[in-house]
Amino acid sequence: MNAGRIVAALFVIALCAIPLVGPPFWVTLGNYIGLYSIVALGLVLLTGVAGQTSFGQAAFVGLGAYTTAFLTIRYGASPWLTLPAALAITLVVALALGFITLRMQGHYLPLATIAWGISLYFIFGNLEWLGGHTGITGIPALSLGAIDLKDERRFYVLIWVITLAALWGTHNLLDSRPGRALRALKGGLEMAEAFGVNGARLKIVAFVYAALLACISGWLYAHLQRFINPTPFDIRQGIEYLFMAVVGGAGSVWGAIIGATLITLLKQVLQDILPGILGRAGNFEIVVFGVLMILLLQFARNGVWPWLARLLPRPRPSPVPDAPPLPVRDRSPKPGMSLLQVKKARKQFGGLVAVNDLTFDIREGEILGLIGPNGAGKSTTFALISGALPLSAGEIVFRGESIGSRAPYRIARLGIGRTFQHVRLLPQMSVLENVALGAYLRGRAGVVRATLRLNREEEARTRALAARQIARVGLADHQFDDAGSLPLGKQRIVEIARALAADPSLLLLDEPAAGLRYLEKQALAELLRSLRGEGMTILLVEHDMEFVMGLTDRLIVMDFGEKLAEGPPAHIQRDPLVLEAYLGGV
Amino acid sequence: MDPSIAAFLTQDGVTNGAIYALLALALVLVFTVTRVIWIPSGEFVAYGTLTLAGLQLGKAPGIVGLLVAVAIVAALVETVSTIRAREWRRLPRRLALWLGVPLAVAAAVWWAAPRALPLPVQVMLTLAAVTALGPLLYRIVYQPLADASVLVLLIVSVALHFALTGLGLWFFGAEGSRTPAFTDASFKVGELTFSAQSLLVVATSMVLIGALYLFFEHTLYGKALRATAVNRVGARLVGISPSFAGALTFLLAALLCAFCGVLIGPITTVYYESGFMISLKGFVGAIIGGLVSYPLAAAGALLVGLLEAFSSFWASAFKEVIVFTLIIPVLLWRSLTTRHHDEDE
Repeated sequence: MNAGRIVAALFVIALCAIPLVGPPFWVTLGNYIGLYSIVALGLVLLTGVAGQTSFGQAAFVGLGAYTTAFLTIRYGASPWLTLPAALAITLVVALALGFITLRMQGHYLPLATIAWGISLYFIFGNLEWLGGHTGITGIPALSLGAIDLKDERRFYVLIWVITLAALWGTHNLLDSRPGRALRALKGGLEMAEAFGVNGARLKIVAFVYAALLACISGWLYAHLQRFINPTPFDIRQGIEYLFMAVVGGAGSVWGAIIGATLITLLKQVLQDILPGILGRAGNFEIVVFGVLMILLLQFARNGVWPWLARLLPRPRPSPVPDAPPLPVRDRSPKPGMSLLQVKKARKQFGGLVAVNDLTFDIREGEILGLIGPNGAGKSTTFALISGALPLSAGEIVFRGESIGSRAPYRIARLGIGRTFQHVRLLPQMSVLENVALGAYLRGRAGVVRATLRLNREEEARTRALAARQIARVGLADHQFDDAGSLPLGKQRIVEIARALAADPSLLLLDEPAAGLRYLEKQALAELLRSLRGEGMTILLVEHDMEFVMGLTDRLIVMDFGEKLAEGPPAHIQRDPLVLEAYLGGV
Repeated sequence: MDPSIAAFLTQDGVTNGAIYALLALALVLVFTVTRVIWIPSGEFVAYGTLTLAGLQLGKAPGIVGLLVAVAIVAALVETVSTIRAREWRRLPRRLALWLGVPLAVAAAVWWAAPRALPLPVQVMLTLAAVTALGPLLYRIVYQPLADASVLVLLIVSVALHFALTGLGLWFFGAEGSRTPAFTDASFKVGELTFSAQSLLVVATSMVLIGALYLFFEHTLYGKALRATAVNRVGARLVGISPSFAGALTFLLAALLCAFCGVLIGPITTVYYESGFMISLKGFVGAIIGGLVSYPLAAAGALLVGLLEAFSSFWASAFKEVIVFTLIIPVLLWRSLTTRHHDEDE
């Protein structure tokens, strides 16, 4: 963190110096950079982190600006009272739009944001009581007690206090329980939901957060300009906000500030020099701007910040201090009792019956293996238990509760942890943070507490817990490495540590030994045995016979979606039906 | 509203809808083959109208300069990649294709401009010039990013839209243009008056849609494009070059957009920046077809045209709001009914 803090301090000093030493024009530019940065910060969270692209942020800026303009002029309200009003209106609009549009996936979402971005602009421009296309003039200036903020230099201070607060809050948020969950959304909804993250809700939270920041920027803009019309809130400005985040580097809060600064300065320079060079009035900056953007995406897709960050010294991670454990699940294992029952479970894809009325149960404290030839329905069964696929018919009961039609994040809450057949870690995040995501359900800190940094104690406990789980699986040396830098075998072990961090009572492992070398397999088997010794129940879907035979207590053999045999490994190895299925008859 | 107004609005809506349908087909084509959400299609439409308008005024339209500039850049890019791949022998042919052909088109337009040639010739020249831009811009802008996510391709599209809008202002000026009607004949069927112009637009659109259908069903290149749209990797494995498929797609799509530009010219005044709104309306149509279905996209575009005509009668100020708000329920329905693949995020 040291280098980061020095950068932050230098940055703040440089900022404060500008209005003191520079000509008034610099102050104006600095004001705009601040206003744009606030919006871009929201996009870092929404687009860069949560992966939801929005071209429509300018409309929320407009909502903030128009609310305060209307209320202060029509009703003579104090600008400080219109801010909460504007935030409330934006909240309602963002919730409504988010509820509809965030269900959309892939490219449908950005197209929808273009659509409502345009619609809101035309609504601003066509409502007579909002001044139509001419806009509203005479918006009162802000004053803080006796201090009049009419002066641009004073306003500059206000803008940058708010910008830095937004920067600090967003930075805090990213480094927290909800922040980890947001980052996990990029790794796929299925992965995040396996740890109890309600993906749909979290996306809306990110959307509302970004909209509220945009609204604050709009409120400031209205009182800075003291005149508004619809133009600065049209779709082009919305596109430009997204460009700022992308140019700066949408993965980091610093990217937002850098992007806003670069684009504001670039446009200014282009507007100043291009007509001089080309000798004609025109919209040349937009051409250069578009071309630069294309080049940037062709040669540096992740923006400027990652490139700058490489030049900075990388902070050396300090060891994770120990902290009291997070609350654990209340459970008293009763070895041998049935923990989970699969009753006549059925899954059909059109005419294909992948799982055909399958019945078995998992008993507490055992390692149960689910094996079968390719296409036998093992992975589908796994998906049914973990909630990744809904049942077509039948029932699955865990500790007396039917889970067959529940969303994965609700199944995770009951204490079922899982790994993935194709490793789903966040490659850019450290092993420690990846494992800490597993503890999502054991924390309580929400967005507000995280943003205001009131979550430190819980965060310390989460990190200590993650470090303990990493040590437990034998990867303590790698806890600060990027998860993507580990070999596949170790990544699978990280997945197990992440599942353990959730304190599950049932662990579902999808082909954990695939791609592992001999010694790694032995270490994995040892780990699973010791987990069983601690009272953990494990369901194992596996191809590797040697691995399964030496480890499991019982086996279920599947073929063509049906249960072929069930029993201890020694019996299964001699079962003629199983031999026929595997070897095609002897 | 009496029946004659309704009939007039319907005629108006169908005429616009036919143009949007062409655009929607171009957008579906581009998306299915290259995964590009082709926002700059509107600029191709506007360039089409403005080039034809320029030719009719007897001045060499700015598109000549643009064509020369992008051809030079494309030739440079192509030369560098040919040298890197050490395929010296193919260089002359590639240069002829990427530099020679566009320069020939540009020269023809420049030569023809002051000569007040008959309208059909001017239309052909316009189509050739705008169409040539398609593959050139694909080569420069999209081909280096062919493996990027849909999202990156979308942002690049928006950037290209910005650049082309700015260039449009530079080349064609801020004044709007309207081209003269191809015909001002009209005739009556019972109480209803039909303008021959509208019929011409609808007929041209239908002929183009038919031609496109024949191309996809009965030619090897058409089948190659369809194969690429179904499965890019598979198409590559059977020998269809993705960059060739991309360039061919942009050629066809640019041709369709150029046609839109020529057809829309006599109906509305087109400014250098009019393309964006036109293309977004094409998008509303294309999205109704989920960006993959041609017939649904055409039907959707027709719906957009009708909606626009009727809402401009009832609530003219809010016609854009109505058209673009329609898209949200459609998008919602689409995203809930299509199976989603993680790789597309």
